[in-house]
Amino acid sequence: MRMRTTASALVLALAAATTAACGGGDSTSADGPKELTYWASNQGTSLDNDKAVLQPELDKFEKATGVKVKLEVVPWSDLLNRILAATTSGQGPDVLNIGNTWSASLQATGAFLPFDDAALDKVGGKARFLGPSLAATGANGQPPVGVPLYGQAYGLYYNKKLFKDAGITAPPATWEELVADGKKLTDPQKGQWGLSLQAGQVTENSHHAAILGAQHGANFFSQDGKPQLASDPAVAAVQQYVDLMQKDKIVNPSNAEYADTAKSLKDLVDGKAAMFMNQASTGSFKNIGADMANIGVAPIPLPANPPANGRKVTSFVAGINLAVFKSAKNPDAALDFVKFMVSAPEQALLNKTYGSLPTVQDAYGDPAFQTEDVKVFQSVLSTTAEPMPQVTQESQFETLIGTAMKTMFADVAAGRTVEAGKIKDQLAQADQQIAAGS
Amino acid sequence: MTTAVRGAPAAKAAGAPRPGSPRRKRRRPALPYLLLLPALLLELLIHVVPMLVGVVMSFVKLTQYYIRNWSAAPGAGLDNYKFVLDFDTATGKALAHSFGITVEYTVLSVGLCWLFGTSAAVLMQRSFRGRGLLRTLFLVPYALPMYAAVITWSFMFQRDTGLVNSLLGTHSFWLIGDNSFWSLLIVSVWRNWPFAFLIVMAGLQNIPGELYEAASIDGAGWWTQFRAITQPMLRPVNQVLLLVLFLWTFNDFNTPYVLFGKSAPREASLISIHIYQSSFVTWNFGLGSAMSVLLLLFLMVVSAAYLAVASRRRRRASV
Repeated sequence: MRMRTTASALVLALAAATTAACGGGDSTSADGPKELTYWASNQGTSLDNDKAVLQPELDKFEKATGVKVKLEVVPWSDLLNRILAATTSGQGPDVLNIGNTWSASLQATGAFLPFDDAALDKVGGKARFLGPSLAATGANGQPPVGVPLYGQAYGLYYNKKLFKDAGITAPPATWEELVADGKKLTDPQKGQWGLSLQAGQVTENSHHAAILGAQHGANFFSQDGKPQLASDPAVAAVQQYVDLMQKDKIVNPSNAEYADTAKSLKDLVDGKAAMFMNQASTGSFKNIGADMANIGVAPIPLPANPPANGRKVTSFVAGINLAVFKSAKNPDAALDFVKFMVSAPEQALLNKTYGSLPTVQDAYGDPAFQTEDVKVFQSVLSTTAEPMPQVTQESQFETLIGTAMKTMFADVAAGRTVEAGKIKDQLAQADQQIAAGS
Repeated sequence: MTTAVRGAPAAKAAGAPRPGSPRRKRRRPALPYLLLLPALLLELLIHVVPMLVGVVMSFVKLTQYYIRNWSAAPGAGLDNYKFVLDFDTATGKALAHSFGITVEYTVLSVGLCWLFGTSAAVLMQRSFRGRGLLRTLFLVPYALPMYAAVITWSFMFQRDTGLVNSLLGTHSFWLIGDNSFWSLLIVSVWRNWPFAFLIVMAGLQNIPGELYEAASIDGAGWWTQFRAITQPMLRPVNQVLLLVLFLWTFNDFNTPYVLFGKSAPREASLISIHIYQSSFVTWNFGLGSAMSVLLLLFLMVVSAAYLAVASRRRRRASV
């Protein structure tokens, strides 16, 4: 694509979305269309793997209700653009997965069915859902823009063998221990580092800024929704994260160009890195042939002496929500489908397969969710996780702060110093840009 | 722009209709226009309409609140333009920085593509054993699918596992930091120089061999022949070639996008990627469109000025 104007790109995107959406809900019968289009996000090891997992479930739904669900699995790299194009054109799927951090941003477009109490009752009632997951479904005081489908949280994965070889008996219990252990485990000559970071990955950087920011007591947006990224606690949080490579030197500078999870997972499995902070990734570990007996997981540790106003947060409430477009031709069938997807048996089966956490209480009875690894994530999600800022500019926030941090890591890797003044300056620029977009 | 240039020699070849010829008049039925119609409609649909929509978008405040219903978006007047051209703000500064990088990138890339293309074409003007094979080999980068080729480069440029570092015996970063600009330039030249080679080669084949024979009888050496025959005879070809390369390179979106992903490093933040980021990633389509319109205006002005200078020179040369 020789890019001529943004407009031509947009129109092409619209055209693509229109084509993709064609046929969805066209086969009208007396009771409304007996067909739904569903965009699933990529949760499995590949798009095909997702199709293989979901299709039998969709067949079950069709058998029970007579409504056929046409499935398309959309890769993460395209999902938000596809949703934006569908929102703009009004030609989209009926039901779709959204990253839960986009909730408030997408809510602001007004293109999605609000899940008020009546709608929530239709899918099993509000009380069934886990509180933290339900908190990440849109702006405060507004009906959710979707219901939680897959739950996720951050944890600290570590390589048990490297820990044992270094004489460390337990995963770090405080941030200071993490840094100290990291130093013990770092030996650049051997190509071994204490910690792996996806420092070139914009979204990951923004997640860690939010987690550490909460520990420092930062609020990235004021009560009335104004961006305030350049606050002192926020600067301290970003500095702490960048210092893992810059000052503590427990991260391989090459990580500055790491932009996908697979590389960090592989470093951990191959013993090139001893620790890695990530969302539950059992499926991805298995995919690269990891011996899970050698991989342990613990909560990301908190600082020994928390700063004043700091919050006890080790993860954001990560996960995927299920939303319904207002333009759905058969909203009742769409809600039936949502109800089906969040029913206890489907929740147990799908989350088990994907290695994520059920978002409804009644699915946790399944023995698959009683393992130690799952319990770690479950406890993080229910006790030390807070949602990403539920504001309409959340997506801009992630992009801008994450990109700024990616640049900082590139600077550190190139041997330049990134000090607090420089960080504050960059965050102030991000503030300006968010303000411009609102 | 390019259509106009390509159209010019064709019009000349067809010649002006002879005035007063009755057969000519009868031969001007609707058929040619009908045949042109599909192309015209598609051109309107694919190029002109989106461009106009883009211009309209640049005058409204099209953020996430309004993308569902564009007509509800409040007018912004010239606000979007004022904002992106205010070089005291982060947005304006970033745009100016990106523009500077793009100019540098374009000048170097077009210059090198032209230099390599012309040198290779001239050196291969005379027939020798293996010439066909070499020509084919040179055209490979141009024939490869864009994504596959650039993704391969991005693997080769990786710090720990990339081929470039292991060949050079270095441990440098190529995809982030200062070197990212040079990586981008290398890939761009590697991809586009065969096009220059192809066009110049075609141009060389139109130069009559007698000119060189006559010159060498007069005792002109290789360099004199190149300066006195090859260069002037290639001028019309070069004029189009440079313009096309300039437009392609200045607008280049694919190379940085595939090489660096959605967020290009600061040192290689080309304007097309910058506009993409400003609109798609931050959901502010009004600002993005204003930047696009400015880019369009800039390219139109440069192209028009270039064509005006080129045609004046041509006229002067033919007097």
